[in-house]
Amino acid sequence: MKDYFFQDSVGKPMDRVDGRQKVTGAAKYSAEYELPNMTHAVLVGSIIAKGRIKSMDTKKAENAPGVLAVLYHQNAPKVPGYVQAAHPSEPKPVGQPLRAFYDDKVYFNGQPVAVVVADTLERAMYAAHLVKVTYEEEKHATDFTKNVSKAFLPTAAQRNPKHPLNDYVRGKKDAYKTADIKIEQEYVIPTEVHNPMELQSIVAHWEANDKLTVYDKTQAVIGTQNAFAKDWDIPVENVKVIATFVGGAFGNGLHTWPHETAAIMAAKKVNRPVKLVLTREQMFTMVGYRPHAWQKVGMSATPDGKITAITHEAIGQTSSYEEFTESTLQQTRMMYTSPNVTTRYRILPLDVSTPIWMRGPGEATGAFALESALDEMAHVIGMDPLEFRMRNHTDRDPEKDLPWSTKYLKEAMQMGAERIGWSKRPNIPGTLKNGEWLVGYGMGVGTFGANRGRAKVRAVLHDDGTVVLQCATTDIGPGTGTAMVQIAAQNLGLAPEKIIFELGSSLYPPSPSQGGSATVASVGSAVHAACKALQQRLATLVADNDAGFKGATADKLTFDNGYLSLAATPAARVSFADVLKRQKLKEIEVTEESKPGDERTKYSMYSYSVHFAEVHVHPLTGQIKVAKIVSCADAGTIVNTKTAGNQMIGGAVGGIGMALTEGTVMDHRFGRYVTKDLAEYHVPVHADAPAIDVFFVNKPDLINNPNGTKGIGEIAIIGVAPAIANAVFNATGKRIRELPITPDKLI
Amino acid sequence: MNQFQYVQPAKSKAAIDTVTKDQTAMFIAGGTNLLDLMKRGIVTPEKLVDINKLPLKKIQKENGAVRIGALALNGETAEDKLVLEKHPLLSQALNAGASAQLRNMATVGGNMLQRTRCPYFYDTALPCNKREPGTGCGALEGYNRMHAIFGHSEKCIAVHPSDMSVALAALDATVLVSGPKGDRKIPFADFHRLPGDTPHIETNLQKGELILAVDLPENPYTKNIHYLKIRDRASYAFALISVAAALDLDGSNIRSARLAMGGVAHKPWRLTEAENFLAGKPATETTFRQAADLAMRGAKAFEHNKFKLKLGPNAIVQALKNAAGVA
Repeated sequence: MKDYFFQDSVGKPMDRVDGRQKVTGAAKYSAEYELPNMTHAVLVGSIIAKGRIKSMDTKKAENAPGVLAVLYHQNAPKVPGYVQAAHPSEPKPVGQPLRAFYDDKVYFNGQPVAVVVADTLERAMYAAHLVKVTYEEEKHATDFTKNVSKAFLPTAAQRNPKHPLNDYVRGKKDAYKTADIKIEQEYVIPTEVHNPMELQSIVAHWEANDKLTVYDKTQAVIGTQNAFAKDWDIPVENVKVIATFVGGAFGNGLHTWPHETAAIMAAKKVNRPVKLVLTREQMFTMVGYRPHAWQKVGMSATPDGKITAITHEAIGQTSSYEEFTESTLQQTRMMYTSPNVTTRYRILPLDVSTPIWMRGPGEATGAFALESALDEMAHVIGMDPLEFRMRNHTDRDPEKDLPWSTKYLKEAMQMGAERIGWSKRPNIPGTLKNGEWLVGYGMGVGTFGANRGRAKVRAVLHDDGTVVLQCATTDIGPGTGTAMVQIAAQNLGLAPEKIIFELGSSLYPPSPSQGGSATVASVGSAVHAACKALQQRLATLVADNDAGFKGATADKLTFDNGYLSLAATPAARVSFADVLKRQKLKEIEVTEESKPGDERTKYSMYSYSVHFAEVHVHPLTGQIKVAKIVSCADAGTIVNTKTAGNQMIGGAVGGIGMALTEGTVMDHRFGRYVTKDLAEYHVPVHADAPAIDVFFVNKPDLINNPNGTKGIGEIAIIGVAPAIANAVFNATGKRIRELPITPDKLI
Repeated sequence: MNQFQYVQPAKSKAAIDTVTKDQTAMFIAGGTNLLDLMKRGIVTPEKLVDINKLPLKKIQKENGAVRIGALALNGETAEDKLVLEKHPLLSQALNAGASAQLRNMATVGGNMLQRTRCPYFYDTALPCNKREPGTGCGALEGYNRMHAIFGHSEKCIAVHPSDMSVALAALDATVLVSGPKGDRKIPFADFHRLPGDTPHIETNLQKGELILAVDLPENPYTKNIHYLKIRDRASYAFALISVAAALDLDGSNIRSARLAMGGVAHKPWRLTEAENFLAGKPATETTFRQAADLAMRGAKAFEHNKFKLKLGPNAIVQALKNAAGVA
């Protein structure tokens, strides 16, 4: 049997298999589907943060040209699943996900309270303005700082003492407090909104009374299928979910949201297909966000740079109707050797919509505080922060007391330090200049669980020698289809050009949602299994029918470039296509499932990243330029260095946004956002993004899965924001602990 | 967006007549701001008079001045040879505004008329005297980080968002308009208004008056100029503070100066006192700092924009340093 790296498909910077479709506009996104008889729906959002709908005057809207229906809580078709206590939804929080037009209650400003359906989008938009809603307003609480005393331990943790969100103590609780050398600082990040390029959209079509098809922007094809089947009390197989292309999501497609149900209701009511596309403003309140978070880190160390204790507390915002939680403090529990570690996580319900995971969920928030605090402590003891991290490196998971499956963080750190020119970093902040500009260097480490889930892949080998693989997974941008083709090419012994990977449909075998950096590990393993099964089938076919291969088994055969051969018998060489043709088979098909085994009880598995930033700050005007970023990742085998590099670059740009530009502002008198478009919510633009160099350790983690991969999506952003904040400190001597770091904070 | 009629006259007179007679009619050129406002239901014209067919696109010399047609695009104006040669400050200001895509749609006349980006103005669910007189100023005790420090009133503390107009103010531009009562010239300083009690009236244009062109008189500010824009991201963001600085230098001495600020008032804010102070002084950081302090007299900030009291003078100093080449 040949070594895994024998064939060289995996690891190549192959162009995206769908690149041409994407750049020519041939790729079809959910809002681009046109069905006969299509209608258009526009949502009306509440303008109060809390209270009840007193009256709804829809006459004008209903009489407007082209309007087919105006639906709201009193006349909307009943959703059978809504009568149950809770309807299925990811994540599974404690509480009740918002139900579209369920009753007269208003839980947040911008909540959908009505939907207008018309024959054209313009007419629906116009009529939506004509819907007059009056409210009975109640006093709302939206201000995090003013309400912070109401934070509590999530109910899930209260109910289960073993729940990971419970307080964690290793060694002595809050041991830093009694140490000689210690720091204690607070860190704040504002609410951030995913704002992918593509707006959330759905085309809902009842093909029969109990048969629903949706073209939906989602990261969870199967999750969405199950949710709507349950909501509408119809068999799962009667719900078809299509999400062939997704124009970025960053997490907000991991949930089913009320606007989707609104479109499905509307389609039921008007008995025609309904297209509903959120506005950019609606993207701020209807599809989740990264929650505002307050954190406090206490840390103590010895003068020679050993961390002796860390206490990390976090409070994250959630809504009044659902407990959204995320893993903000995990990195603190396992990243450094500190004998004493305490973590405390709380949530604070406010009269706002429910957050959802956003790229690097929890950990990106937590790493901002932890990795800033590391830098602060290194400064206190006068040690290079890279050296400080090296001295506290963990060779074994101190939380679970398990060996790492693989960990090459030290190599990544050395690699990055060299590439950024870390030796140029001044030990004393504010002492390096380039003309008028102050220059600084900073670093931040990121980690995320190397997750893997259960996935199934179907593979069909045709008698022309091509293979089609299918799985319900989506591709929200990382190049999933491309990576899967490469993995198949590698494991099948077939040129990538002969392989097609079809995804984004509930008609294909199931996969987990595309979140948590787990797709390549989960689906890639199923592709691996399916390819091995196909090889097995081919081996059986030739062994049974071809004299030259008599008695051959898959492990004795070589599969290469669409041929299988027997090393011992040079004449025994036949193409995959001919194997089928000789047996008059049009195709052979296998479906294989792959799932993690008990290796997860024996090893602790994480991906790692380290980010280095060089920033320039103008002392007079506070202008900040990120001059360079170097990101290095230990993420197992890199299937495609181009698409993986692309993901890392995207994460770094996201990190620039987190550090310097992004954040929503709410006017708490109204409980309403006042920065809610792309002009006022500052996603970084090209001019904010410097040269970003990406390097991979690229060593397989074969304990994690047979392809040796670990996830990249999250670690691409986790640790970037503190790297930049630390660089700003190094440049200026100013420590900004509340993001984003805008010019006004530096003058 | 409400339903509206659309006409595209070929002659200025027809366009002016239509807008003069029809209370609800509005001119539209690039539409980069107007369409946004219509989509949000902030303005609801029942007739749009598209002026893009009118011959108002040229940039040419006229009696020693550079005349820029109202329909010249921001992008092409910024790159125009005559503008670059005679008024490079305008070119810099234009390129600091919006994004390349917007600059390729937006016109010079439209740019002057763009409405404030105050979030209360843009959200029909929130109070705003500019949008709906009498409802109150949402920003006064609300989120006012982007707001005015000069010339505001209790009725409105919004700022004018244009970069281009800051340069036009510094360069003593004149606006040529044509209306039902004939043609007239408006000095740029008198074109925009302060909010006072009528923040909904932003310019001194009369109903039906159409901007034909902007004249920029010959001046010596072709070399020592700088448009400095401080903003929250490197491109496509409105100014926290911007400064248009132009110097006429005699060696290391200042013969004369032109200075205007953006992001600080309801109109582009010309700094005449500071200009007068600079004339005849040496081009040093000390002089610039004194001029900046003078310029900031009378500034009054609100809860979230206090930083402008410090960023303002710093930006003036830096813009002057850059203009003088002493940075």
